[in-house]
Amino acid sequence: MQTSASIAGGKAHVASLLLSNRARMQQRIVAVLGNFSLLAVTSFSMLAVLFIFLFIARDALPFFQHNSLREFFTSTRWYPSAGEPEFGALAIFFGSAIVTFGAILVAVPLGIAAAVCLSDVIPFALRQFVKPVIEMLAAIPSVAYGFFALVVFAPLLQQQGGQLLAIAVWIIGLPVAALGIIVLSDVVGDRFNDRFQSLARWGIIIVLGSGTLVGLMVIGKSLGALRIASGTNAFNVSIILGIMALPTIVSVSEDALQSVGRELREGSYALGATRAETVIKIVLPAASSGILAAVILGVMRAIGETMVVWMASGNASQIPQPWYNMLEPVRTLTATIAGDMGEADQVTGSSRYHVLFAMAFCLLVFSFACNLVSERFIRRARQKAGG
Amino acid sequence: MKKLIAGILTAAIIGGGMAAAKDVNKIVVDGSTTVGPIAKAFAEYYMGKHPEVNITVSESGSGNGAKSLINEACDVATMSRPMKNSEKDAAKSAGVLPIEHIVAMDGIVIAVHPSNPLADLTVEQIRSIYTGKIRNWKELGGPDMPIVVISRDTNSGTYETFETMVMNKEKMTDKTEYVGSNGAIRQRVMSTEGAIGYVGLAFREGVKALKVNGIEATPETVLSKVYPIARPLYMYTNGRPRPETPLGEFIELANTPEGKKIIEDTGFVPLK
Repeated sequence: MQTSASIAGGKAHVASLLLSNRARMQQRIVAVLGNFSLLAVTSFSMLAVLFIFLFIARDALPFFQHNSLREFFTSTRWYPSAGEPEFGALAIFFGSAIVTFGAILVAVPLGIAAAVCLSDVIPFALRQFVKPVIEMLAAIPSVAYGFFALVVFAPLLQQQGGQLLAIAVWIIGLPVAALGIIVLSDVVGDRFNDRFQSLARWGIIIVLGSGTLVGLMVIGKSLGALRIASGTNAFNVSIILGIMALPTIVSVSEDALQSVGRELREGSYALGATRAETVIKIVLPAASSGILAAVILGVMRAIGETMVVWMASGNASQIPQPWYNMLEPVRTLTATIAGDMGEADQVTGSSRYHVLFAMAFCLLVFSFACNLVSERFIRRARQKAGG
Repeated sequence: MKKLIAGILTAAIIGGGMAAAKDVNKIVVDGSTTVGPIAKAFAEYYMGKHPEVNITVSESGSGNGAKSLINEACDVATMSRPMKNSEKDAAKSAGVLPIEHIVAMDGIVIAVHPSNPLADLTVEQIRSIYTGKIRNWKELGGPDMPIVVISRDTNSGTYETFETMVMNKEKMTDKTEYVGSNGAIRQRVMSTEGAIGYVGLAFREGVKALKVNGIEATPETVLSKVYPIARPLYMYTNGRPRPETPLGEFIELANTPEGKKIIEDTGFVPLK
């Protein structure tokens, strides 16, 4: 009796918690409207990207229809404004590729080393200070970088370029060589039995050390005698683009390294590994997909940069002889589009106008491809970290 | 409710502002980096005398200036080359009637680094340098240095004039470096020992101007066209502006004594 009364009372209580039909309908409508507006906002940004793609493709198509694809991709003669125009963009594709390659050469070692430092080496308090400073590099406008490259760095290269290169070779070569020699001497010294071990180690250090010093001196002297004719060249731009891509690479790599987690590191230390062994053999391989994604994002940043290359790359549409000579001016896709834009629009409908869209289309396709690949790597890294 | 009123007020102000954009006391000038200094000097002088008028001057290149005029984004297009037939056709189909006003004469000066010992080049030698036939200063009697060839980009009226008058429409070597303005060429040539470039007459401070065919670029030689690379500088308007409007007075400045003094001070050659 007691229970049935309480159950009846309970049911009445629960009944008042249930919504009336009208209230439920209202709630459903509001939910649907809310979902729909969120969907609209999200698809707006997606549609914007889609429309950019469509419009660029639409204006690039006439160029591919009316002009020889082979000339565009294999000829180096770029004369869009001449009487009989020639649209050979091979040298321009090469220019974009070589400055991106140079930027990656600068940014990847520095960036990954910085990320490793931030996540595994530097004490926490220092890290909280250093990370925002690195990210501040990303806040500097690209035209400021371009201005610096044109007005400060280019004359510096022209006047003291050779010496600068020699100093750079010493600064990079000495620590790398020292590290390599110490590791090598340890490895080789271990193979000898105890009596000869320290002799072998010192022997290797002395021999390799003096060899490195002599080698660096020779290289330094020959570089110091170098005269750079034009400071606005691929080398200049590569350094600046590397600095611009650095914050991206450092941030994403550091996130990847953090997401490896304490368990892996602690397990490795528990097994007696040193910090160097842990980082090199355990942490970096575990974070490798994230680091690869970071590098690809850096590539996208470098290849899409316009202001710096337009101001400081020299804009000469040539493939330097030999191709790896970075001290020659080059021209990139982005600088060509920016530089020729005003004149080309005038004669709308001509190949000169459409070839710029063709270049933009190639850049877009490359960026999309990079993005897809990097997404795959990030997803794989997340799966690994999530377990 | 308050937000709605604020929104309506903002829209009204913006709308009113847009309506004011077409008013007669605002002049937008765009175009050549060569004529830019003249336009800016004119603007300063005119705004000093008529403070209610607002004149903005941009320099995005002669080609861009023509494009702006055709799109009715500017009132005056300054150009250092005459309008091409294709531009005139595009203007006609857009309903714009470009009227040409010649404001000054200019000479294209061949500039090298101040330490360069050369004093004089012929037009053929300049052409050979720019087509890549001559690659080292020692071939012309100078020091053993590779020639760094610098040109304006194809947006530029100065480039088009150089192409017509010096290159004879021959194509430049693919080692040519392209920069975006007269000032940029001057800065590059000033800081690069082996460089050669070409700039308008007003931009020859800080670099060494070579004689062409033995003739130096001076106001007299440019006006009399004795200097081989001399050209007129233009301002284009949409239709002929009425003389009593600020736009009309601005355009007519080039023919007044004060305007001619301004042109001289800027470094160009006023028409007689």
